Amino acid sequence: MKIGVPREIHAGERRAATTPEVAAQLMKLGFSVAVEKDAGAAASYSNEAYQAAGCEIIASARELWARSDIILKVRAPSADEAKLLDKNKTLISFFWPAQNPELLKQLTASGATVMAMDSVPRISRAQKMDALSSMANIGGYRAVVEAAQHFGRFFTGQITAAGKVPPAKVLVIGAGVAGLAAIGAAKSMGAIVRSFDTRPEVKEQVESMDAEFLMLDFADEDGSGEGGYAKTMSAEFIAAEMALFAEQARDVDIIITTALIPGKPAPRLITAEMVASMKDGSVVVDLAAEQGGNCELTEKDKVVVRNGVSIIGYTDLPSRLAAQASQLYGTNLRHLLSELCPEKNGVINVNMDDEVIRGVTVCTGGVTTWPPPAPKLSAAPLKAAAPAPVKVESKPSLFGPIAAAVIGGLALLGLGAVAPESFMAHFTVFVLACFVGYMVIWNVSPALHTPLMSVTNAISSIIVIGALLQISASDDVVKWIAAFTILLTSVNIAGGFAVTRRMLEMFRK
Amino acid sequence: MISAGIVTVSYIAATVLFILALGGLSNQETARRGNWYGIVGMAIALIATVLGVVTRHYELLLGALLIGGSIGIVLARRVQMTQMPELVAILHSLVGLAAVAVGFANFLDPAVHHSGIELTIHDIETYLGILIGAVTFSGSVIAFGKLSGRIGGKPLTLPGRHLFNLGLLLAAIWFGREFVMQSASGSGVEPLIIMTAIALIFGIHMVMAIGGADMPVVVSMLNSYSGWAASATGFMLENDLLIVTGALVGSSGAILSYIMCRAMNRKFLSVIAGGFGTGGGTAASGDTAQQGEIVPIEAQEAAALLLAAREVMIIPGYGMAVAQAQHTVFEITKALRAKKVNVRFGIHPVAGRMPGHMNVLLAEAKVPYDIVFEMDEINEDFPDVDVSVVIGANDIVNPSALEEPNSPIAGMPVLECWKGETTIVLKRSMATGYAGVQNPLFFKENTRMLFGDAKDTLDAVLKAL
Repeated sequence: MKIGVPREIHAGERRAATTPEVAAQLMKLGFSVAVEKDAGAAASYSNEAYQAAGCEIIASARELWARSDIILKVRAPSADEAKLLDKNKTLISFFWPAQNPELLKQLTASGATVMAMDSVPRISRAQKMDALSSMANIGGYRAVVEAAQHFGRFFTGQITAAGKVPPAKVLVIGAGVAGLAAIGAAKSMGAIVRSFDTRPEVKEQVESMDAEFLMLDFADEDGSGEGGYAKTMSAEFIAAEMALFAEQARDVDIIITTALIPGKPAPRLITAEMVASMKDGSVVVDLAAEQGGNCELTEKDKVVVRNGVSIIGYTDLPSRLAAQASQLYGTNLRHLLSELCPEKNGVINVNMDDEVIRGVTVCTGGVTTWPPPAPKLSAAPLKAAAPAPVKVESKPSLFGPIAAAVIGGLALLGLGAVAPESFMAHFTVFVLACFVGYMVIWNVSPALHTPLMSVTNAISSIIVIGALLQISASDDVVKWIAAFTILLTSVNIAGGFAVTRRMLEMFRK
Repeated sequence: MISAGIVTVSYIAATVLFILALGGLSNQETARRGNWYGIVGMAIALIATVLGVVTRHYELLLGALLIGGSIGIVLARRVQMTQMPELVAILHSLVGLAAVAVGFANFLDPAVHHSGIELTIHDIETYLGILIGAVTFSGSVIAFGKLSGRIGGKPLTLPGRHLFNLGLLLAAIWFGREFVMQSASGSGVEPLIIMTAIALIFGIHMVMAIGGADMPVVVSMLNSYSGWAASATGFMLENDLLIVTGALVGSSGAILSYIMCRAMNRKFLSVIAGGFGTGGGTAASGDTAQQGEIVPIEAQEAAALLLAAREVMIIPGYGMAVAQAQHTVFEITKALRAKKVNVRFGIHPVAGRMPGHMNVLLAEAKVPYDIVFEMDEINEDFPDVDVSVVIGANDIVNPSALEEPNSPIAGMPVLECWKGETTIVLKRSMATGYAGVQNPLFFKENTRMLFGDAKDTLDAVLKAL
């Protein structure tokens, strides 16, 4: 089947739905790939690069849409673009079906199959297709870069001959994918980073990145909602939270907010008073600007300065790192396509029994299939129904060792009572040798256990002495048995030492 | 001819050299010198005996020595490092057979005379020497067959096999009594032969009942038996050199078996008795239900993960030996180290088919031994490891050993690779390991499965690097 990648027509959108590298991998799945002229230009991927990877370059968008079976896009199609779809075509892009009911209705009517990359279920198998996460990751990083741009000072602290430079203090609200990326970026630039999240389980992740996790002392309230997202909190919780932010706002230089609740407007976390209380030259980066903003003063797609504080409301942060974002998004698409095309024969199979495919498909064959049934949480292994019965620790009884010692002692006494002097002399040697062996062997390095076995094997062939004592016997049978034994043991002596030597030669630093 | 006194002094020198040889193995630097001590000790003992005791048939002696010696050298040159367990097993069988032969020759030699209690003790020594020798011989032959794949690795479990073993033991004791009584009146060959047959059957049955992954214990146990056989022969011949050397080897093998047992959380005594796989080893294998999602990846992605890491831990298992992948593993190690990735190896004591098997394979591939670590040395470092690569291992990285008190392998110490950032598991399929226990590691969120033959996939990873 033919995959078509049109140029993004949304104003300011620089990403492309595939890169030359990803396109080459798509062809390995059996697809042919056509790219609209200049589709990757804004993301620094030239037409020549696509051509070199084996893509066809089509100048007209209309022709591209007409000739392709599968359309890969970044943004949801415009109303005009949507008209180009029909029941034989599949569209894969971000779609936001909850926000775009009209478009969904229009496309359902066209009979086309539409897959929304924003609807990938949050299960571990689908992580590699989770475009929201990969875009959020870029957004978080870019947020710090934007903040640094508008922040007139160093991030890192320094002590120089010209005086001391204090490190910047950064507060990251919401420790999701974007928040964690922002923490990592700010931290690596040398800032002091704090983070707040309503979900206590992310504390560990935040601390693992060497940032400070701000806790609210609300023991019984947990902000974790379905599928790993946050949910709305109680009024008391929010009051306490706001008090915390107000206090932090006076202290920190940069606030990056990433708080989103699925399907709802972004929560208002930073009020105008808090912004006013911030130091001059401080920066607020609002990653929730698209959904109304976490900050009261945020203006979508703009940077505004209020009371000396820059408030950044860009909604195209991933697009500002277009080359990287295209690569990651393209790879997410490729993973989805390889799920759709398990045979690698270039033909997709929309298998609605597959949880991931079911989740992303919002309409197919004239039927709206959104929203999908709630995903089964399969990330966690199923717990055994009943906890394991607690084993009763039985104390090791003293009886065993004592009995063994007594029996051993009696046996030795019995032996001593009847055995002749000469035997006891040998027996003494034997027991002492066992102890010497015990002491020596415990010191052997575990790495040398194989050479140890081959060398002990060689020296246990000392049994050859027995045969040597017998070979001079006048009895022919004894003589020949002895000769045979010498033969056997000399194989062992030579082989054992030689192979040990060979192995030890190999051990080197 | 040299005097008996000189012979004895030579024997003492040989004894000391053997002890030094074993002591030398305490680390890699002194190990080569230790091997030379062993060779010199053996040469001194041989020369002293030949000069001091042998009076004729030199041509036969020399011929046997030369032929045997050349066979041994050729074997040692030809053997591949992955075949070491087989070689060691077959060499053990030779010691066992030699002990049997020396025992019979000594019994048949009309020049040996004893009477009264000395005769009884001598007879018991002969009997024990042959018994242990025969068990070592047949057991090692079977172990060789299993290790080289000539006999299936599956444990053979006859119904009532413990009763069978007990019967064999009682029969051996009864024939021992017969032998001592008949020997006093000048005969006794028949009970000796019958006992030898019983011992051979016992050896075969004992090792047949043991499965592939328990082989490290079996090989070291047979190592120990071969030592005890030499020791018993020493008692029979009243030769202290044999007694001491046999005791050294015997205790060495016993300690190795003990270390192996501890690494698998099994009881030492039940191993010595040959009662394997009866406790919990294969019984409770019902819990093999699918426990979640696995995340398969391709070689390129594995390579990308490795390149992005700073700390990599490689955990080899028997699968690496089977696929002969150790050279590729080292190539990957070299490529990563050149890119300043800290690569280390974590070795579980029972990885492979004999103690230290993995170390030898890695040494063969020229992996420097100072980046190869034992389980106890590195188990605490896993939280700092970015990527662990498990190559053809299963039970030794199974978290249920620590987390599931009812698991058949509960309590077995394992390499805790799941505490690291990411684990890549190379495996041929989703089959369970030797113990028949499902491995929850594969379903962990930070585990990636790379399916296929270890050598092929690693070659692909290397290419992608």
